[in-house]
Amino acid sequence: MTQHCPPRLTRRSFLSTMSAALLAGTAGPALARDYPGGTLPWNAYSSEPPTQIVPGGWKFFTPAEAATVEAIVDRLIPEDDLSVGGKDAGCAVYIDRQLTTFYGSSDRLYMQGPFKPGLPTQGYQGEWTNAERYRRGLGAIAKYLNANKSGATFASLSDEDKDAFLKDMEAGKVELPDDVDAKAFFALILGNTMEGFFADPVYGGNKDMASWKMLGFPGARYDYREYVSKHNQPFPLPPVSIAGAMNWKAK
Amino acid sequence: MTKILPHKDVVIIGLGWSGSIIANELTDEGLDVVAIERGPWRDTGTDFNIGYIQDELRYAIRRDLFLQPRVEAMTMRNNDGQSALPIREYNSFLPGNGVGGAGVHWNGQTWRFWDSDFQINKHLTERYGAQKFDGLTLQDWGVTAQEMEKSYDKFEYLAGISGKAGNVNGQIQEGGNPFEDPRSRDYPLPPMEMTYGPTKFAEVTKGMGLHPFPCPSGNLSKDYVNPLGVAMGQCTMCGFCERFGCANYSKSSAQTTVLPVLMKKKNFEARTLCEVLHIDKDASGKMAKGVTYVDSSDEVCFQPADLVVVTAYALHNARLMMLSGIGQVYDPNTGEGTIGRNYCYQTNAGARVYFDDENFNPFIAAGALGMTCDDYNGDAFDHSDVDFVGGAGINCVPSSGRPIQSRPTPPGTPAWGKDWKKATAETYKSSLAFGSQGSSYPVAGNHLDLDPTYKDRFGRPLLRITFDFPDNDLRMSHFVSDRMEDIAKAMGGREHTVSRAKKGWNSAVYQSTHNTGGVIMGTDPKKSALNKYLQSWEAHNVFVVGASAFAHNAGKNPTGTVGGLAFWAADAIRNQYLRNPGVGLVSA
Repeated sequence: MTQHCPPRLTRRSFLSTMSAALLAGTAGPALARDYPGGTLPWNAYSSEPPTQIVPGGWKFFTPAEAATVEAIVDRLIPEDDLSVGGKDAGCAVYIDRQLTTFYGSSDRLYMQGPFKPGLPTQGYQGEWTNAERYRRGLGAIAKYLNANKSGATFASLSDEDKDAFLKDMEAGKVELPDDVDAKAFFALILGNTMEGFFADPVYGGNKDMASWKMLGFPGARYDYREYVSKHNQPFPLPPVSIAGAMNWKAK
Repeated sequence: MTKILPHKDVVIIGLGWSGSIIANELTDEGLDVVAIERGPWRDTGTDFNIGYIQDELRYAIRRDLFLQPRVEAMTMRNNDGQSALPIREYNSFLPGNGVGGAGVHWNGQTWRFWDSDFQINKHLTERYGAQKFDGLTLQDWGVTAQEMEKSYDKFEYLAGISGKAGNVNGQIQEGGNPFEDPRSRDYPLPPMEMTYGPTKFAEVTKGMGLHPFPCPSGNLSKDYVNPLGVAMGQCTMCGFCERFGCANYSKSSAQTTVLPVLMKKKNFEARTLCEVLHIDKDASGKMAKGVTYVDSSDEVCFQPADLVVVTAYALHNARLMMLSGIGQVYDPNTGEGTIGRNYCYQTNAGARVYFDDENFNPFIAAGALGMTCDDYNGDAFDHSDVDFVGGAGINCVPSSGRPIQSRPTPPGTPAWGKDWKKATAETYKSSLAFGSQGSSYPVAGNHLDLDPTYKDRFGRPLLRITFDFPDNDLRMSHFVSDRMEDIAKAMGGREHTVSRAKKGWNSAVYQSTHNTGGVIMGTDPKKSALNKYLQSWEAHNVFVVGASAFAHNAGKNPTGTVGGLAFWAADAIRNQYLRNPGVGLVSA
């Protein structure tokens, strides 16, 4: 395996590539490769495993933003007999950490202009990255509630008022300030909350596989051959995470 | 400064299914072949790790293995009256990236198209008269199912397809698809063992007089060694197929079938993270002399070659031809031009039945594990008394229970809160979905060209897609949706839903990565870019292989036909073209 056409990165472009890669939590810059005849480029398990998210502190949200997001995810996924609520499941931590990756910087998306309002069939056409959408969206909610609910924050509202506000956002009935589209921002938070709740627990949400237990989804199992013919029968095994089963916690 | 590299016999653009198959065939012929691939190297041992490939967030939602829009986006609009805007995040379809291409993340449903597809214009004209499909630009592909049989067979045996033949040399086989054309022998492997959902679907549809049969599957029902000597393992039904690489060597892909042989050959070379910018024409303008590409250090290289084989994704093949100036770009207003013509997609609808006391264990699944009825597909049924042509396969292939994306709730359930959670927990295991995958027929207004505004990272225009579902196809889909209503009722659940196809193709909702056409094969150089051997009418040392060559799309997954066409084109190059290089295999 040799490198094809030696790379001619300047120190500056190399550094900026590296910092972008570090931010994105991926490997360093990938270089063109030449696999000449007769070589076998196999390289066992050289790809990157996911990194276990450790709760504690906020990497993206300010404390005020975090309080709002925790309160929102706890209404989207309320605590009941079926599972813990979104906050205790770690959904806010999940979103916080996601916003520090390529997802937050919208690094994989086409972000070149001109930016124009599109038709619904043309998808999101905004100029803001996902991280910017959260910063501006949470700011607009705070501003709106401060002005319209006599200085309240979202977290300080009653459960009924929280739900009513979220329903209004969902239906596009709230006019948020600073060009924030309430309906689109609600859809973004709802989507991310569900990702966190149902994704593998290594990403910070779905604590103790709460959602998988609720559904009966066995998680990162890889072989169901014994069970395929057992039609209409309960699957007997508990879920496992990429990080292993509950009783095999390494840390 | 462009670096000029040593000459090669053949340069292949894109190392997916088609590129790997053709490279293997042409290196067997003794040719010196180089493949240039935009994405990274990928293989099972390196990239599809059994310890963490079962990661829905990383692979299905964040899409680690797919083409990123920042690398190449496309623009879209539903018709010429709208302004196209960039698809900033791929959603409706998800192009692949890297070695193996879209064949890494596919589900494995492996079909043959029918003779009534390849000769669609002739067939429909003879049966119903040409006025039956007035307004559709349906064209014959130039080949017959009989001609394609050997190539399909080669692909199915290479890939270890698991299924049950319905027609062997004209003899209808019990339990197979009675509507398929004759095949020379059965599939290499028997069908997969069925899960509960498809079993129930088959019982019900059989009771209604339909003809259910196991979906031909690239998820292997048994261990297998293919004709190249490459071994694969039995599928374990983990439910992580579509959007994932298989860590188990159980899903057919270039990695699991061809590359282990190809990569050992001294006369083959692969260059990854190198993007072809265009094909270069010689001074006559009638032949290609090689390709220009840029590598990830931004160095531009010219690779001279005698033969150029274009095997990128269908949409990228079309754009490369436009950027290279080979063939005239199609103009829907005049009907002139061939590149970008007959762009088609897939016309889908879905049904779901909600039960009270059933447990389908949806996570026990594989991408192509299920049952299909072709009774309303293609021209399997008489269209004399209906106001459309075409049809759809009705498929019960519950391919995963991955919970970020697969959490059905009954109609009327809120999207969040206490009631949402209760309904989600109750419904996860107790509902069953099936769907119709419908044909997509060409009309003048659906086409591909270059966007006048938006550019890629090298400043080249993005591809522009102008597409909406033709009225004919919507009438077809609604007819099949009515049949699905009947099936859903007969399933005996508490309630059911049928989501019907509707006007206004939405690029923001996943539908299908079955984009076809744009560089189509055919019989008339004025109406097709390629002859029946996938050779360019314009530049005879250019072959363009992939679903871009489809003159329309049938109600079936395209990969079987893509693989068959790769063997078909390779055979034409080996056994005809090389005897007299540079000459058209069909006189224009």
